[in-house]
Amino acid sequence: MAGPSAHDHHAPAAHGSDDHHAHVPGFFARWFFSTNHKDIGTLYLIFAIIAGIIGGVLSIAMRMELQEPGIQIFHGLASMVYGFQGDAAIDGGKHMYNVFTTAHALIMIFFMVMPALIGGFANWMIPIMIGAPDMAFPRMNNISFWLIVPAFLLLLLSMFVEGPAGAYGTGGGWTIYPPLSTTGQPGPAMDLAILSLHVAGASSILGAINFITTILNMRAPGMTLHKMPLFAWAVLITAFLLLLSLPVLAGGITMLLTDRNFGTTFFAPEGGGDPVLFQHLFWFFGHPEVYILILPGFGIISHIVSTFSRKPVFGYLGMAYAMVAIGAVGFIVWAHHMYTVGLSLEAQRYFVFATMVIAVPTGVKIFSWIATMWGGSLTFRTPMVWAVGFIFLFTVGGVTGVQLANAGLDRSLHDTYYVVAHFHYVLSLGAVFAIFAAWYYWFPKMFGYMYAEWIGKLHFWVMFIGVNMVFFPQHFLGLAGMPRRYIDYPDAFAGWNYVSSIGSYISGVGVLIFLFGVFEAFARKRVAADNPWGEGATTLEWQLSSPPPYHQWEQLPKIK
Amino acid sequence: MINKASAALASLASLLFASGAYADQPKPWQMGLQEAASPVMADIRWFEQYTLWFIVPITLFVLLLLVVVVVKFRAGANPVPSKTSHNTAIEVVWTVGPVIVLLFLAVPSFKLLNKELVLPEKPDVTVKATATQWLWSYEYQMENPVSFDSYMLKEEDRAAAGKTDMARYPRLLAADNELVLPVGKSVRMLVTAAPTDVIHAFALPAFGVKIDAVPGRLNETWFVAEKEGLYYGQCSELCGKDHSFMPIAIRVVSEDKYKTWLAAAGSDLAKANKDLMAATDGPATVNVAQNTAQ
Repeated sequence: MAGPSAHDHHAPAAHGSDDHHAHVPGFFARWFFSTNHKDIGTLYLIFAIIAGIIGGVLSIAMRMELQEPGIQIFHGLASMVYGFQGDAAIDGGKHMYNVFTTAHALIMIFFMVMPALIGGFANWMIPIMIGAPDMAFPRMNNISFWLIVPAFLLLLLSMFVEGPAGAYGTGGGWTIYPPLSTTGQPGPAMDLAILSLHVAGASSILGAINFITTILNMRAPGMTLHKMPLFAWAVLITAFLLLLSLPVLAGGITMLLTDRNFGTTFFAPEGGGDPVLFQHLFWFFGHPEVYILILPGFGIISHIVSTFSRKPVFGYLGMAYAMVAIGAVGFIVWAHHMYTVGLSLEAQRYFVFATMVIAVPTGVKIFSWIATMWGGSLTFRTPMVWAVGFIFLFTVGGVTGVQLANAGLDRSLHDTYYVVAHFHYVLSLGAVFAIFAAWYYWFPKMFGYMYAEWIGKLHFWVMFIGVNMVFFPQHFLGLAGMPRRYIDYPDAFAGWNYVSSIGSYISGVGVLIFLFGVFEAFARKRVAADNPWGEGATTLEWQLSSPPPYHQWEQLPKIK
Repeated sequence: MINKASAALASLASLLFASGAYADQPKPWQMGLQEAASPVMADIRWFEQYTLWFIVPITLFVLLLLVVVVVKFRAGANPVPSKTSHNTAIEVVWTVGPVIVLLFLAVPSFKLLNKELVLPEKPDVTVKATATQWLWSYEYQMENPVSFDSYMLKEEDRAAAGKTDMARYPRLLAADNELVLPVGKSVRMLVTAAPTDVIHAFALPAFGVKIDAVPGRLNETWFVAEKEGLYYGQCSELCGKDHSFMPIAIRVVSEDKYKTWLAAAGSDLAKANKDLMAATDGPATVNVAQNTAQ
């Protein structure tokens, strides 16, 4: 990639002082009517941290429940929260567990990972990295954020209104398959959850339009698509996936809504509908969605690996087009989530084949990251440690994905903890590790302070041990046949479940260390250099001050 | 604490000395697939091992590369970075290499898929399983169909049902009425859910079987149970609050016993089951699953 060149008057000193464009609005106008991509990015990051804590608490409650066979805590939780007594508390608790699994997934996907990677880091860094002053549609950027907040509140609210008769909340899993999500839970909780998804989806579609427009039209002079930073490539592809897949989800859940409330029978066999139709619509969205969660992380890891190896990304074009290939093929593999619904032999053969194809571009990414490091001069600052951890753990999640692609083997593993282990390795240990890598990488740039290196590394090691302890034993549970979404399990599964639960408490401690690190950095106020990472950091954000001026690139940088 | 330790010892003992009769349900600290009790499951187990021969070395290879990179190219050891950013040959290698690995996986994978999905032309027994929140109903497809419901065995009904042997009738897996099938015969399962119910899934790990029970749809699958014994599976599609509590329990017996049972089950299921248990279970064994007490 050609190195960008900045003119002298772009030097941070010139921007650090207040030139006449840097009118920072007052508090309320700045944070509530914000049209500045950096402020909106910060809002998204704060939102993602809050949502992540809530989603994490839900998961720890589930692990506490599963620590031993029998029902441990949910009958108590149900009587505490909803006031059930006696046997009603047991039944209420069983449903509440399903509500927790559902809410954990929806929160982590829609309100943690996506806001952090796309709303947060992409919003902050994409305009800067492509040499643009802001996003193409700053006000639309604002509405994107302010739609995600009510969407989240709707989902939280749904946990406190009636779902199935006599119980509270949506307990149909994040996949909300009918008829469990229609006749199975007639109360308004599911309607609120559907509305939440609609609003969150609208927010994401607006964001996607904004990113596509920005990246295609607002790159600095000389920055052709083939010179664009890989994070911009990743976000561009992610935005297209969002734009093409979310409307399908919106259609599907609208049909769900009319089945529930207006007497249609899209998914009801008694009216000529088919529950499996919803699964096709859902996974036509759902599979691209998992790439939406991981692709921005791919981009981030490329930058971090290159920066701390002091070497350009190896095989830049291969990296970019591998992501294009993953995105494109991601649209034609959806029914590998449905091998057990009764698909024909021919259909299953096709989906096995198509799914396996994805392993090839994914392999290209893994090997190119390693090749980027090969021959480099590596320094192991916190972001790099997270990035190396990401590469290994994503590989583990990737190879189990190759196993699951085989319908013949998936027969045994479908809907077991093996699948839970697999997707947490690629998402909880993949996407989330990428988020933390990005956090430490860009923290000095975004907020102008250095985090404490020892806290970042302690955070990494505690988290690394914790999440591996949570999820590696779940492979064994899945192989042995433990189905997912179970509040109680046969006693033979007790051992590995206990290990897994201990792991989740360790991960919880990891999150506390993270929060302490944020607090410590803001309390100590160690001023960060404009480029704390040295010559390896070549993208445009490192030419600006830390934090960047309120409006950057008033004179566009020229790319050689 | 002492209780915990003795429970751990007991589970370790049952792991080491598990007899064939209990090879068909999950065991404490189990790390792999369940023992195969059907030809399809034997193939699934083979294929799983086969895939491990690819994915474990690949993962270790990536780990090795990372270790080499971290040691050899750390700034202390290699202060001046190279500027290499392209190497067409190696890029071709790491694109074509995985394709070849995938071909090695795909061939047996498709063979396995065929075996699972192509049903025997004339199955010996056909049973329809209908799922409802939260039980299974079985109906033998014959002249005068025998049919009954199968609920999870409640702890308080254990003694009355004569199912106090926790190893043979584990908590959450044992049912009040098992599906009884003959050994060595091809069985076709027709699987659906009650018309206005939700989706469930019929799963039996030891047979390598899992198929969704979808309202308005009749799915089918097949297996041949190769050994007599009790086999357990659990509902495998989220179906509401008691999703964890609708097990699938199958008792595989000799064909003679099966025929006797079937002839009697139509009129008095409870008596037919008692007689069958008396004929197959033998004396109650030592209660090895002590870690269940709580």
